Amino acid sequence: MAERITTDDVAKVAHLARLALTPDELETFTGQLAEILEHAEDIAALDLAAVEPMARPVPLVNVFRADEPGEPLDRDEVLACAPVAEDGQFRVPPVLGEAP
Amino acid sequence: MSFDHDAWEIVVGLEVHTELLTRTKLFSSAINEFGGEPNTHIDPLTLGLPGSLPVLNEQAVELAVRVGLALNCTVQRSVFARKNYFYPDLPKDYQISQFDLPICAEGSLELPNGKVVGIERAHLEEDTGKSTHVGGGGRIHDAQHSLVDYNRAGVPLLEIVGKPDLRSAEDARAYVAELRSVLVAVGASDGKLEEGSMRVDCNVSVRRRGDTELGTRCEIKNVNSLRSLGRAIEYEAARQVDLIEAGERVRQQTRHWNEDDGRTHTLRSKEEADDYRYFPEPDLVEVDPGPEWVERVRAALPMLPAARRHRLSQETGVPLERVALVVERGLDDLCLAAVGHGADPERTVTHAEHNLSDARAGELDPAHFAALVTMETGGELTATQAKTVLAEMVETGGAPAEIAAAKGFEAMDSGELEGIVDGLIAAHPDEWQRYCEGDGKITGFFVGGVMKATGGKADGKAVTALLQARKG
Repeated sequence: MAERITTDDVAKVAHLARLALTPDELETFTGQLAEILEHAEDIAALDLAAVEPMARPVPLVNVFRADEPGEPLDRDEVLACAPVAEDGQFRVPPVLGEAP
Repeated sequence: MSFDHDAWEIVVGLEVHTELLTRTKLFSSAINEFGGEPNTHIDPLTLGLPGSLPVLNEQAVELAVRVGLALNCTVQRSVFARKNYFYPDLPKDYQISQFDLPICAEGSLELPNGKVVGIERAHLEEDTGKSTHVGGGGRIHDAQHSLVDYNRAGVPLLEIVGKPDLRSAEDARAYVAELRSVLVAVGASDGKLEEGSMRVDCNVSVRRRGDTELGTRCEIKNVNSLRSLGRAIEYEAARQVDLIEAGERVRQQTRHWNEDDGRTHTLRSKEEADDYRYFPEPDLVEVDPGPEWVERVRAALPMLPAARRHRLSQETGVPLERVALVVERGLDDLCLAAVGHGADPERTVTHAEHNLSDARAGELDPAHFAALVTMETGGELTATQAKTVLAEMVETGGAPAEIAAAKGFEAMDSGELEGIVDGLIAAHPDEWQRYCEGDGKITGFFVGGVMKATGGKADGKAVTALLQARKG
């Protein structure tokens, strides 16, 4: 049995996802996440040594599209949806730090 | 700042991102093209609009397989993953990349000097948009706001992660140059560092010579040319040595190379910036090219620079380190064909190395090139004359015998040459005395005199040999 998830863990994940949780929400979600993880623990109890891990439930590989251009979106129409646009570009608030 | 190469060793590992030469983006049909009016290469997926779903571009996989095989990697089943971070250069708030299962694993790249550098992995991912910081002199920390162009967002990238096997700035430059040649040879990239279609992040650490453990590394970004790559590594290594020698320690951090002041600067590191909460991308299925695809690509690969260098070296007997430039210029086939026509291998490669920098040299007729080399080795032309004729051959595509005749290059009669040399010695007894006493500098006086008397037709080597013979 793995260690139970704590409110600190949930607070960290919430911060990474830029979610602002109230102390009450933090308690609620910690409880809910713990239940979900406990359910996963049930599966871990099975002997799965002979089962290949799957990235997704449907056994599909190699779904491709041909390298052929399609119609672009109209820039003016798109920029009209943006909160602020300038010089054909999206204008955003100043960014701290560099892209990772 | 100092760096004592006897006491310290530089350890470098490079991560090279290359944009792949597809027509469209990695997961959508928006076009992949450098430049263009901002935000014209966009579609719902590029903008992360609700309901849009990614579908993988087959050609991007094809190119990734080519690069992987060219780098001796294992091409394997791979899974796309979401790398979550919040930055306006990707509107989805995550980048689709590959994490624990990259498409290419464990390869190597041989440098022109014969050194083999390990490749850890190469994985597919999407490029980000381009942000321009406005106000504050364009500096990111002082900007008033930023403008974002999504033309580049979603362009297919292959990130090639090299092992920390490089030991000098020189090695690092050679690695990037060689990798670029390979990428261009297989048609995966145009290899333009300046346009950003190839980007290099370098991990630098230092350790005392003899140490086996790696030191703490710093990652340097914003290196846009081979020259700045070398400068950045040397600066960073010296900075780290100074820190250690002052009793401090190197902190693991990302630093930004500034070309103008020639230094690396620390970037404000964001709290938990490295926690990207990777998870398998639910909107994409696994990619597994499989043996049939891999073997088809392998069979169609062109001969790669390292193999071409070995071939040229083996077939001409010229050492490996001397043939690198000839292969880089794409003149190895020409040289081998000329040798096939009977030309002396050593002289052939030497001409390609020193006298064929012209971009049109590759169009030379191998039979003409061979004829020229043979005229020179047979004594019909001096080295200087051969060089002149060769330049004209590249210019006009003419045959060497005709060009030599038109220029009045005829082999000097050896008796005639002896007469001129003897005349010169008789006319300049003092200079001859100095020559006989071993004053090497005076040799040029006699060779120059002979050249003047013969209108440049004499063979410099023959003159030197004659002078030696007369000295006795």
